[in-house]
Amino acid sequence: MTKAANDPLLIAGRSYQSRLIIGSGKYRDFEQNRAALEASGAEILTVAIRRVNLGQQSGEPSLLDVISPERYTILPNTAGCYSAEDAVRTCKMARELLDGHRLVKLEVLGDRKTLFPNVTETLKAARTLVADGFDVMVYTSDDPLVAKELEEIGCVSVMPLGAPIGSGLGIRNPCNIRMILENATTPIIVDAGVGTASDASIAMELGCAGVLMNTAIAEARHPVLMASAMNKAVAAGREAFLAGRMPRRLYASASSPETGTFFPPL
Amino acid sequence: MELTVNGETRQLAQPLSVAQLVAKLGMAERRIALELNGEILPRSEFGQTLLTGGDTLEIVQAIGGG
Repeated sequence: MTKAANDPLLIAGRSYQSRLIIGSGKYRDFEQNRAALEASGAEILTVAIRRVNLGQQSGEPSLLDVISPERYTILPNTAGCYSAEDAVRTCKMARELLDGHRLVKLEVLGDRKTLFPNVTETLKAARTLVADGFDVMVYTSDDPLVAKELEEIGCVSVMPLGAPIGSGLGIRNPCNIRMILENATTPIIVDAGVGTASDASIAMELGCAGVLMNTAIAEARHPVLMASAMNKAVAAGREAFLAGRMPRRLYASASSPETGTFFPPL
Repeated sequence: MELTVNGETRQLAQPLSVAQLVAKLGMAERRIALELNGEILPRSEFGQTLLTGGDTLEIVQAIGGG
């Protein structure tokens, strides 16, 4: 086996070649976002749902004029929601906006400073949305018990944070992510916390099904270049996971034969 | 007749349908979703839905987000 061939990410009955999901926030302009998306190889793009600006020029392009929902899977989020009710309302708006599209990223936040999820409201919203026919990808804490419960509710993907949203701190608790993975029957995607390429690789090497990120790309000095780095990091981490890493040893193990030297051995 | 659209109060001189209001706001060609008094109003019903005084509308679109 030289390459992880035919190893798609399956979410809600659709298959994706890329295991990277990127956001569309914080970019300089739509063009930079489009170029980063292209370089990232991602096939799923998150968007936020917000009021239209009533003073807006009707000719001004919108995000979905630049990034086509025909070509990419648009993943509307419930960012900014602090209650199950607001999150459910946002998902219904998104479904209408995207012509009946059922895939959503549920996030119900608990606190503006940490943007940690409000798990109680998240569980409540997840139940309502699943019952209403949504395919729910859910942002949550890295608590294995909560992750399992979200899965049992019927979420199509559980997405624990690696670190706070936009923090770039990397995977702070790989042990919890491992525990979540051990019991998982749906794709586990690290959502939030990734800062640079190696963080994405670490998530994938742990066995995650994918990585979702926004700030790590958009706030890089060169976002399009970072998008390309993330593309490779996610793919490399996945291949390393499938390949199965060597065991860790405390002491050295020589790579060259220790016999047959033409000088006396030590 | 007074309406609230995205939190702003608007006066309407004559009765309008939702479709006419959306056109007046320059949003007819845009990809939007609309709530009328807290309930989603499908685009297919914009034409036949008449606005009445005190109605509250929310009109949203997709923008950049993570």
